[in-house]
Amino acid sequence: MFKRLAPALLSVMLAAPAWARDELAIGITQFPATLNPSIESMLAKTYVLAFAHRPITAYDASWQLTCLLCETLPTIENGLAKVETLAGGKRGIAATYTLRADARWADGKPVTSDDVVFSWEVGRHPQSGVAAAELFRRITRVEVKDARTFTLHVDKLTFDYNAINDLRLLPAHIEGPRFKSAPAEYRNRTAYDQDSTNPGLYNGPYRITSVVQGSHVVLEPNAHWGGAKPAFRRIVVKAIENTASLEANLLSGGIDMIAGELGLPLEQSLAFEKRHGARFAVITKPSLTYEHLDINLGSPILAVPEIRRALLLGLDRETISRQLFEGRQIVAESLVPPLDWVFAADLPKATFDPARAAVLLDQAGWKPGPGGIRVNAKGERLSLELVTTAGNRSRELVAQVMQSQWKKIGVELRLKTEPPRVLFGDTVTRRKFPHMALFAWYSAPESVPRSMLHSSMIPNGANNWSGQNYTGYASPAMDRLIDAVEVEPDKDKRRLLWREIQALYAADLPALPLFFRSDSFILPKGLKGLEPTGHQDPSPYWVENWRWE
Amino acid sequence: MTGRLIQSVLVLLVMSFVVYGLMGLMPGDPIDLMIAGDPRLTPEDAVRLKVLYGLDRPWTERWLRWLGQVLQGELGYSRLYARPVLDAMAPALGNSALLMLSAMALSLSLAIPLGILASLRPGGLVDRLVNLAAFASVSVPVFWLGLMLIVVFAVSLGWLPAGGVESVGDGGPTDRLRHMVLPVSALALAGIGQATRHMRAAMIGEAGADYIRTARAKGCGPARIVLRHQLRNALLPITTIIALEFGGLFSGALITETVFAWPGMGRLIYEAVMGNDFNLALSGLLLATAMTLAGSILADMAYQRLDPRIGKP
Repeated sequence: MFKRLAPALLSVMLAAPAWARDELAIGITQFPATLNPSIESMLAKTYVLAFAHRPITAYDASWQLTCLLCETLPTIENGLAKVETLAGGKRGIAATYTLRADARWADGKPVTSDDVVFSWEVGRHPQSGVAAAELFRRITRVEVKDARTFTLHVDKLTFDYNAINDLRLLPAHIEGPRFKSAPAEYRNRTAYDQDSTNPGLYNGPYRITSVVQGSHVVLEPNAHWGGAKPAFRRIVVKAIENTASLEANLLSGGIDMIAGELGLPLEQSLAFEKRHGARFAVITKPSLTYEHLDINLGSPILAVPEIRRALLLGLDRETISRQLFEGRQIVAESLVPPLDWVFAADLPKATFDPARAAVLLDQAGWKPGPGGIRVNAKGERLSLELVTTAGNRSRELVAQVMQSQWKKIGVELRLKTEPPRVLFGDTVTRRKFPHMALFAWYSAPESVPRSMLHSSMIPNGANNWSGQNYTGYASPAMDRLIDAVEVEPDKDKRRLLWREIQALYAADLPALPLFFRSDSFILPKGLKGLEPTGHQDPSPYWVENWRWE
Repeated sequence: MTGRLIQSVLVLLVMSFVVYGLMGLMPGDPIDLMIAGDPRLTPEDAVRLKVLYGLDRPWTERWLRWLGQVLQGELGYSRLYARPVLDAMAPALGNSALLMLSAMALSLSLAIPLGILASLRPGGLVDRLVNLAAFASVSVPVFWLGLMLIVVFAVSLGWLPAGGVESVGDGGPTDRLRHMVLPVSALALAGIGQATRHMRAAMIGEAGADYIRTARAKGCGPARIVLRHQLRNALLPITTIIALEFGGLFSGALITETVFAWPGMGRLIYEAVMGNDFNLALSGLLLATAMTLAGSILADMAYQRLDPRIGKP
């Protein structure tokens, strides 16, 4: 009997599960901690929620601001946004939005202006647990016109006055009682974590129907979704931290695709493409993730602008990109990526010129010394330390190539790696790196670099080490430009201001620009309609366009 | 026994103080990391959040507060998992225990016969083969072994899933079993060498003992001598191994869990430590310590059971 049963049992046990073609399994490298759209900013959460929870506005794949849950983007030109003069003569703005008539929570309740008011109240409450509360603080009043129309009164007229991507809607009918009874406890009592599969929490084309902590999230269509019908009966997002396992899961059919937003690093993805490119479509999308070297301008060596210029000219970034990343990481000339409309393409580029770099170093008083390393008049070696994140293979490779390239112009580079929590929890945030720190900034299109470049944002003990101007860059001209560009509504004028920012940045070099990273999506060949965005608004915001062909 | 229990409680108390202190000394707190990763966070957000999460207080004060909560039976709230610590730990505990117990059972069920076989003719062909296999087992890194198993059985042959605890929408016993095969095999294969070598050494050690000679002189058959007399005493060192691994049953195997995307305690504790989730990290680490202490007590009891002379004055 057993002899007869054993083969059958074995075949049942060993049979791989077959995915139906109306299902999609996606691999990402992190599991979201909380699912509340307002509490904590975490890429894994943003990605998973993007299928199920729509923001009112977002940047699309062409980096243009667009309405997702609203009908028309309010602008001064179309009259839906009006400049207001506030007490003290300050200029503010009143922007009127109308929610889409077919916007519904997945329990059938309409998304209303009450939800907007409630979400704003939660966002601005100091004890709610909402992290980035600036937008909520800037909105001084929400004026409800009707069930779908509301006006936001904002205390500052900025150029991006109509971008309310951070105002994530919470369903007042579910979250209201949980918040109002004890605001300080809300972050521990939100239904998004305590009752994650409640359909009323989601207003996107999908809703979350199952959460297996640390493993996967299951999404199924929102029966009340009013937009284009999504193609998949079920989407599963699986968290697989180890990238080798992520690849193996893809090859073995455990997942259908690897998300670019939170998937394989570029060099691993390129290697995968070489091996398995025939089976999968590998798409790389240049992003606004800005890999650069923050310079500690307090260092006596690097405080000299000629030295910073020489270091940049001594780097062959084109070759690094070509050799290590098959040219798919765009060389950066400043902190603005070429895909951003404010990118100043006409500014001169810092192309590789080791001869010019040597002249600059000579002029700065660093002459060739023993062992090919330059020395100054006191006999001190031109030796710099670069710190970067341990375990990031791309950065470690780039750092090693930079080390060899700079050696050729007589600069010694000592490499140091630190775990991310040490690097970002202490070394850069408290400006403890002696010379250079290699890491990346990830932001939005046309993101004003106030926190990185404004002199008021230099972390120090007095401001509790807040701010991200880790270089210690203090330029009155840059401060003026940042202050001006933030409140300039005229696009042409703003483009000119952005050009000046980029020119000043390239001249002062508080940081050495390296590359704009590319996100790498590994997709099944039959999956169509997925458009990588390259910025913080992930591709699933447009999941209804995805389909098998 | 009461003395051992009081001693264990004191160890746990000291351990909690040390762990809390070490985590407090680690650079950066969760809010520092959030600031570094999110340009939208303003300095005033940072100050507000630190007060909200109590991170503006000295770590000693936070530890005392935590201790007070624990004494009232409250393990606190996990900041990383946005739920009570027990809720965050419960599924991971179950997953780890299942994985580790299965691996241990498989490993021992193979190691004990192999150790016995190898000890029958020390230096013989079987002994040399078993030694070679045991050496390979202790030498091969578990992450490499795990990846190789995935490559062969999941990718090339397509017989088994490459990771996770269950298929989405299935989760039946057969499905769970299929998902367990590779991680359990990786852990068992990695652990089998050590147990085999211990078993072999213990069996050889016992083979020369007086009572074995006496048994032979009395005319006992070889099988009876090995299985009834020699094995009983040789199991003592294996008991130690089991006891030492008891703590691991509930703290997990980080590397195996990572390679096989197995949501267990190893990953949970690692993430809690790296994410500065004090309540979760401390509870997880203390549970592991408590289990190790419990394992040690159980080992003593087992020793006394196997050899009544142990523990007697």
